[in-house]
Amino acid sequence: MFSVAAIAKRELSGYFATPVAYVFIVIFVALSSAFTFYIGGFFERGQASLESFFSFHPWLYLFLVPAVSMRLWSEERKSGTIEMLMTLPISTVAAVIGKFVAAWAFVAVALALTFPLWITVNVLGDPDNGVIAASYAGSLLMAGAFLAIGSCFSALTRNQAIAFIVAAAVCFLFTMSGLDLVLNVFRGWAPHILVDTIASLSFLSHFDRVTNGLIDLRDLVFFVSMIALWLYATVVAVDVERGA
Amino acid sequence: MSAMIALDNVQKRFGSLTAVDDLTLSIARGEVLGFLGPNGAGKTTTMRMIAGFLEPTGGSIQVCGFNVATDPIEVKRRIGYLPEGAPIYGDMTCRGFLGFVAEVRGYRRAEKKRRIAEVVDTLSLNAVLDQTIDTLSKGFKRRVGLAQAILHDPNVLVLDEPTDGLDPNQKHHVRELIVTMASDKAIIISTHTLEEVEAVCTRAAVINRGRLVAVGSAEELLARLPNHNAVVVTVPVAEAAAARVALLTLGHLGGIEDSDTAGVLTTLRVMPHNGYAPVAEVAHHLKSSDITIESLYVERGRLDDVFRVLTDDAAAGYAPRV
Repeated sequence: MFSVAAIAKRELSGYFATPVAYVFIVIFVALSSAFTFYIGGFFERGQASLESFFSFHPWLYLFLVPAVSMRLWSEERKSGTIEMLMTLPISTVAAVIGKFVAAWAFVAVALALTFPLWITVNVLGDPDNGVIAASYAGSLLMAGAFLAIGSCFSALTRNQAIAFIVAAAVCFLFTMSGLDLVLNVFRGWAPHILVDTIASLSFLSHFDRVTNGLIDLRDLVFFVSMIALWLYATVVAVDVERGA
Repeated sequence: MSAMIALDNVQKRFGSLTAVDDLTLSIARGEVLGFLGPNGAGKTTTMRMIAGFLEPTGGSIQVCGFNVATDPIEVKRRIGYLPEGAPIYGDMTCRGFLGFVAEVRGYRRAEKKRRIAEVVDTLSLNAVLDQTIDTLSKGFKRRVGLAQAILHDPNVLVLDEPTDGLDPNQKHHVRELIVTMASDKAIIISTHTLEEVEAVCTRAAVINRGRLVAVGSAEELLARLPNHNAVVVTVPVAEAAAARVALLTLGHLGGIEDSDTAGVLTTLRVMPHNGYAPVAEVAHHLKSSDITIESLYVERGRLDDVFRVLTDDAAAGYAPRV
């Protein structure tokens, strides 16, 4: 447990040792606000809610989260530090979790820095703060799922650009899988159950339910199991490299 | 003395390439084993397997009684490992990095401070403690790598080229450090510098193409050279012929070789017989024949030559002359 914390601490301070952290936070906060006001029509809606803010999160995460996760393992492999890391007395699982927790905490910081919006809607009107809190939690969970996917692809290559692109593409598929664009590819030939399964994997539909105020345990379980599954895949990817 | 590190028929294949083949070795407490071999012979692969970074395809490795494959964490607790090239997180400071390693190894607060202070002192890292590792010279980086390897005072040290990139003073310092630590540890170092084997190692293992080709002390390895323990004597050119005659009356000789004549002196090499250096006999015979001895010494041969004979396939069967 201590070693997980030590790894998470090191990794998190690693983000802030380079400009990556500040660039990410500034872009995330700026874009999420800009989308809310200009594209989401925050004022025109005339509603005291953050729905227009949260609805853009999947799209923001799509390209921002892989940028956070791409370095997790690729960099270790490229610089050879993975040899140092994996010969310390920690299990692969602990290392994978430690790194993931750091990346997740980092995104949480970025997300938390959007709090002025929450204050704004409360000043302007009388929003359902329960829904907003749930939406924040849902957004964080979804970011975690994206990060877990990114962590896995980062472990598969020593090239950060490849890790980024592949993770973004896979995240895109998971985001879109509830939409006809993706489903039509399968509808022609795949059995119904497969098409339904793919549709049910959509981050978008799970997240939309949360932001609409429907707090369902199933959506929670969905994101948590996504994280667990992809982290497990990361562990396998790291171990395969060692010939285990 | 039980073996602290025991490799039993260890094999490692990467696809169709066999990097390490059927390697059996054991290292006891108090021993410093020098791991020698050409580039690509399998030294680094073997060390990575002992440290638990790579898993062997066959055979087993025990460290302090724990199997690396089934008890990797217990093994890693007891090993200090310096990977080849000492890769360290470049964006961390020296202090931050050592703190991280201490925390992962389970040291907190006072104990963590004490351990770090100790290795910083041992490796003279004080001046660079708050510098980013990327900005350090190669020598300092290597020392930071060594510092993390000995931070937990491990029973077993596996050091892949610990003195590579260090200047002669630093090399000397690191070798002294290894010798000081050796008494209660089992240490493996890999090196290309053969003088290092003589300076710090109690035994050397030579591997070539993944196979163990020789194990022994530096002295035992040198004994494999045909000219090991040859007696080299220098006499005036005028007396060379007489000297040869006198020496031929010596009973147990491996033969006499003429070396070069330089100016007024001729050098004769009396080859050893069964590894025995006939130094007293040579001196006695020459003296009793009234031949002037300008110089006389016993040749040991060089480890470099042993290395070449054992690992250079083109040089197999080649008898080196020094």
